[in-house]
Amino acid sequence: MTKLPRWADVVLVPLICLAIAFVFCGILIASIGQSPVVALTSMITGALGTQTGWGYTLFYATNFMLTGLGVSIAFHASLFNIGGEGQATLGGFGVAIACLFFPWPHWSMALLGSITLSALFGALWALIPAWLQAKRGSHIVITTMMFNFIAYALISYLLVNVLKPEGTMDPATARFDKAFNLPKLADIFGAVGIPFSKAPPANIMLFVALGLAFATWVLLWHTRLGYAIRAFGKQEKAAVYAGIGPVRITLYALLLSGGISGLMAVNAVQGGAHRLVLNSVEGAGFIGIAVALMGRNHPFGIVLASLLFGFLYQGGNQLALATDPVTGEQLKIPREVIIVLQALVILFTGALPYMVQRPLEKLFAKLKGAA
Amino acid sequence: MSLGTSSGRQATAAPFAIELRGISKSFGPVQANRDINIAVPKGTIHGIIGENGAGKSTLMSILYGFYKADAGTILINGTETAIPDSQSAIRAGIGMVFQHFKLVQNFTVLENIILGAEDGPLLNTSLARARKALTDLSREYDLDVDPDAVVEDLSVGHQQRVEILKALYRQADILILDEPTGVLTPEEADHLFRILGGLRDQGKTVILITHKLREIMETTDNVSVMRRGTMVGTVKTAETNPEQLAELMVGRKVLLQVDKDAANPGREVLRVEDLRVTTDGVERLKGVSFSIRAGEIVGIAGVAGNGQSELLEALGGIAEARGRIVMNGADLALKGLNGQSRREAGIAHVPEDRQVLGLIMDFAAWENVGFGYHNDPKYQKNAVLMDNAALRADTEAKMARFDVRPPIPTLAAKNFSGGNQQKIVVAREIERNPDLLLIGQPTRGVDIGAIEFIHKQIVALRDAGKAVLLVSVELDEIRSLSDRVLVMFDGQIMGERPPQTDERELGLLMAGMTEKS
Repeated sequence: MTKLPRWADVVLVPLICLAIAFVFCGILIASIGQSPVVALTSMITGALGTQTGWGYTLFYATNFMLTGLGVSIAFHASLFNIGGEGQATLGGFGVAIACLFFPWPHWSMALLGSITLSALFGALWALIPAWLQAKRGSHIVITTMMFNFIAYALISYLLVNVLKPEGTMDPATARFDKAFNLPKLADIFGAVGIPFSKAPPANIMLFVALGLAFATWVLLWHTRLGYAIRAFGKQEKAAVYAGIGPVRITLYALLLSGGISGLMAVNAVQGGAHRLVLNSVEGAGFIGIAVALMGRNHPFGIVLASLLFGFLYQGGNQLALATDPVTGEQLKIPREVIIVLQALVILFTGALPYMVQRPLEKLFAKLKGAA
Repeated sequence: MSLGTSSGRQATAAPFAIELRGISKSFGPVQANRDINIAVPKGTIHGIIGENGAGKSTLMSILYGFYKADAGTILINGTETAIPDSQSAIRAGIGMVFQHFKLVQNFTVLENIILGAEDGPLLNTSLARARKALTDLSREYDLDVDPDAVVEDLSVGHQQRVEILKALYRQADILILDEPTGVLTPEEADHLFRILGGLRDQGKTVILITHKLREIMETTDNVSVMRRGTMVGTVKTAETNPEQLAELMVGRKVLLQVDKDAANPGREVLRVEDLRVTTDGVERLKGVSFSIRAGEIVGIAGVAGNGQSELLEALGGIAEARGRIVMNGADLALKGLNGQSRREAGIAHVPEDRQVLGLIMDFAAWENVGFGYHNDPKYQKNAVLMDNAALRADTEAKMARFDVRPPIPTLAAKNFSGGNQQKIVVAREIERNPDLLLIGQPTRGVDIGAIEFIHKQIVALRDAGKAVLLVSVELDEIRSLSDRVLVMFDGQIMGERPPQTDERELGLLMAGMTEKS
């Protein structure tokens, strides 16, 4: 009956979720005979202890920011686009076309080209489910999920049969022209005199993603389209009363959603791998859903949540390589356990905030009663 | 309709069914109930009236164990009783029928009734017992509900009877009904009051929460009036009159009759020819023709569900239609969704259901003031950005002019009372200065002070030479506001009458009976 104060809803609930997730992670690590404390410290030092660690954390965060923003726009229209994975996969195809078949004179042109094509391909991949939802009422969750599989199959075919250079066994495109490599953080920070590690692939797309987060905020709360999307998402019937067409808004919201998810490929493919490989998205589309949920579909929250997930991703990678600080032995934490750890965090922060909200509401009501 | 007086039935020696002493409850700085004292004699119907936000619902929530009072005691049948939760309220013999029913739509009546009151893990015994009890109860109180009917197939009136049966099955001696007639047709309401009268005659105690004075006058034995969290008085219904009650509720004299001069109709603004609307394969509007001229209010009378909603939706561009709609001499599009172009044609629409259509409940008041007009150039900063500041300023001005309380533009629509929500919608639509105002159920769920205000605005719009189409299920409202009355039944217009026509004649038309038949 009494609602939570806003700060508690936005800050306290995610933090408590995170804490619960860490408790379960700790139990899991202890159960395979490792020390949770050592594991946590090696995650933190691995992800945040060095410039290289930070660089990777920011690189992954950029991926999640873009897919998270994509998911959130559809969410605001009450459309659950879980096809970010497929849309980003197709976005990768767009990047590959931009970087392989056009003789750009400068990396900035190549960036504009790959941004355009990846957004276009991501949006197109969302178009068919969007159209089916808007016109036929086919549920967007089902269709976008199916389109993830189709995207994977399509890219496999394209890589193996069309894009793979002659004479290689690897289902991947040729390396992109080195001139199209995006400026890394080292280059950008270096230009203003701050030294930064050259190793990590974090690049200019971080700033593009941050700019996009701001643009998303402007779109949703300061433009007519954003107003219409939010109104439609809250009360579809009322939107019709106001003259907001459901078909149009469904299409726009999902095209924007798919397009932004597609941009993730610019960071991963052009910025990171410099070629298109199978599974270039590596689950970022799904993590984007958790990021959007945890960030409460607010661009600012999404930026913070993507940093957290970037940390988890990079920290998890480091955990696989970590050694015990006392004995110097390698920690025996299998790759699978690390995936379970990441899944636990997603589960608790993304899917279970309501579990925390209710008791917290009661607690607040009691505190209020006592005061 | 008269239920007779029951003064002879009140045994003065018996303890009160319910006695509340010094109940206070506050939510933060808001004192919802302040030192409330009320005594309800056994075997009576006791009305509680007050404007929205007067504290009626809070008081009943305390009685039903939803809230804990900050101070005060509750006596049930003369003994002090603590009611920490609704289970204790049920054990104490209190049954509650909420404004919004708490029924499982795809369960049968019987399944709904035993829900939460099963005898054991196997349902057969409970169902058998309930079936017998239900048959007895139905007969005893003229409740007439098929135990095997699925709830979603029942009319609203029948669903409400299921709620009453649920309470009675749980041995309720005291029945609380919160705004029970808000969703009922006049016939259903009459039936409900007959049922309540029967319950009282069997010695049950009924508490009726409402803001409709007529219901209070017709059905209750005593009435308590609440205003701003305090109890301003309890009187015998037979010794009071609507004017006095209204004054007690609002704290000042209220005009129950609409004050207006004769209409001065001008040119034709709207002409509708053979308008038809089909939804879900059923023709709901079956060829309606009429016209409205500038400077007149045309009222559509009728029992809810006889095509009035479809008429409004077709005119408002929400529903597709066939036939013709001619506005200011130009044909309007009937295919597709045309909410936006209708507004451009000079039609403003206050929809029947503000919470489903008229407002986005999660949006702030200022966002709702732009709802439907978010493309209006005056709310744009430039080609890309909306001018939220202009919208907020406009909201503030509207709130001042329409006395919306609290006057906080950033408050979400859902946090306003029904009357204030309606004022936001009415302000938004009327201040567009439309050529034609469509207004459906303008005062449903709206308190008496706001009703007076909204009625004045509608008349003022008419006097400014605008056309108004008024749809309402409240016959009183239709008769007092309209200049001409059209009666609808089964998707057709049964006839036109002047507003002075007596209620019986209009009632017959509303039931589909013309002079000929």
